[in-house]
Amino acid sequence: MIKTDILIIGAGPTGLFAVFEAGLLQLKCHLIDALPQPGGQCAEIYPKKPIYDIPGFPEVLAGELVDNLMEQIKPFQPGFTLGERAETIEKLEDDTFLVTTNKGTKHNAPIVAIAGGLGSFEPRKPQLENLTQFEDRGVAYMIKEPEVYRNKKVVIAGGGDSALDWSIFLANIATEVTLVHRRNEFRGALDSVEKVQELKNQGKISLITPAEVIDLQGKEKLEKVIVRKTDDSKEIDLEVDNFIPLFGLSPKLGPIADWGLEIEKNAIKVDNTLDYQTNIPGIYAIGDVNTYPGKLKLILCGFHEATLMCQSAYQRIHPDKKYVMKYTTVGGVTGFDGSKKEAPKAVVKSIE
Amino acid sequence: MSDIKIKITDRDGVLHEVDAPTDMNMNLMEVVRSYELAPEGTIGICGGMAMCASCQCYVKSDHELPEKSDDEDAMLAEAFFVEENSRLGCQIHMTENLDGLEVELAPEEG
Repeated sequence: MIKTDILIIGAGPTGLFAVFEAGLLQLKCHLIDALPQPGGQCAEIYPKKPIYDIPGFPEVLAGELVDNLMEQIKPFQPGFTLGERAETIEKLEDDTFLVTTNKGTKHNAPIVAIAGGLGSFEPRKPQLENLTQFEDRGVAYMIKEPEVYRNKKVVIAGGGDSALDWSIFLANIATEVTLVHRRNEFRGALDSVEKVQELKNQGKISLITPAEVIDLQGKEKLEKVIVRKTDDSKEIDLEVDNFIPLFGLSPKLGPIADWGLEIEKNAIKVDNTLDYQTNIPGIYAIGDVNTYPGKLKLILCGFHEATLMCQSAYQRIHPDKKYVMKYTTVGGVTGFDGSKKEAPKAVVKSIE
Repeated sequence: MSDIKIKITDRDGVLHEVDAPTDMNMNLMEVVRSYELAPEGTIGICGGMAMCASCQCYVKSDHELPEKSDDEDAMLAEAFFVEENSRLGCQIHMTENLDGLEVELAPEEG
């Protein structure tokens, strides 16, 4: 069991900065994120795009901002549970929370700060009527264990990097790989596109374009995929074992929506007059995931919300301690790793 | 600088005729959000970077629109419910020549 003071759900810019503000108050943090790396959208969706409204930075790339935040919080040694999604929350007898991920990792903290942004990124599912019926019975949205496809007939749909890369990979494992895409053009790394072309020429990958999967058939498990060519409307029946649609990721609020929190406009309602606490005392929501009158989904607003949240968290954890906020210029920054940053002292010395 | 009139059919099939400013650097997705014609969190998810298709719409009138960028084209190749006249609202900037534009919002992805 991982124990910490503030359990932060979501390792985007707001969640990362909360570690700094908590650290100034000597509170330790642990972050959970469904993505394999910290940074949230900034790292996953637009690392190379510039942001112009971070105070003090006329221009900063989203990826650089994440790197800077990681550097800034390093002295406070945050823990990370990455590639796992926070699934359930439970209030324990001692008034602390137990948060368990989809992989069963347990986290215990007196304070939970949800900094989940738009939610966790989940595979986009194609609009096929009986799709869910075949989930885990031939249909999968991500490839976890490639060996499952050994000597199988596989249909992959999609036109991006993951569709290309997995087609290439499975060409050597599966008996048949068919790649279906709406367009003749693929969007991916040049290497991957060329490799698929080569495997197609060798007869190791069948390509059906422009086309769409329109129906799935089977009794107990998936047996057949029906593909329609979009140019001449010709339908092709493919006898298959597996269908893997790879249409990228889209954010979903996910399990957090079932935690008993007040939700409005796909976001968590918080008290913006005070500390960004939710309707459940001890659970806060900061950054893009929350809503209140006048809410703006800006990174800079997330930073502010994280700061106020930490002050409130401190008082919840230490109800009897007196504390006033200290400027870093005055108090310096003392890390949990023993590091200390502070403003250089002026000297008093006569000049002769 | 003046407002233009735009007809937007929402996801429930209701037609709205709205005024859109041409001097606020706004795109169609933002106009829809400013009038709350689709619930927050269901449109403009990526913020207008042509990286999701939550602002997909069907263009009903024959206005001359700016050409699709590679990003928009690629996104529409992966989106659902795509038709010949599909565009991403975030890539359509409000300019005076779009006065009278008629669009319909595409269904929300599941």
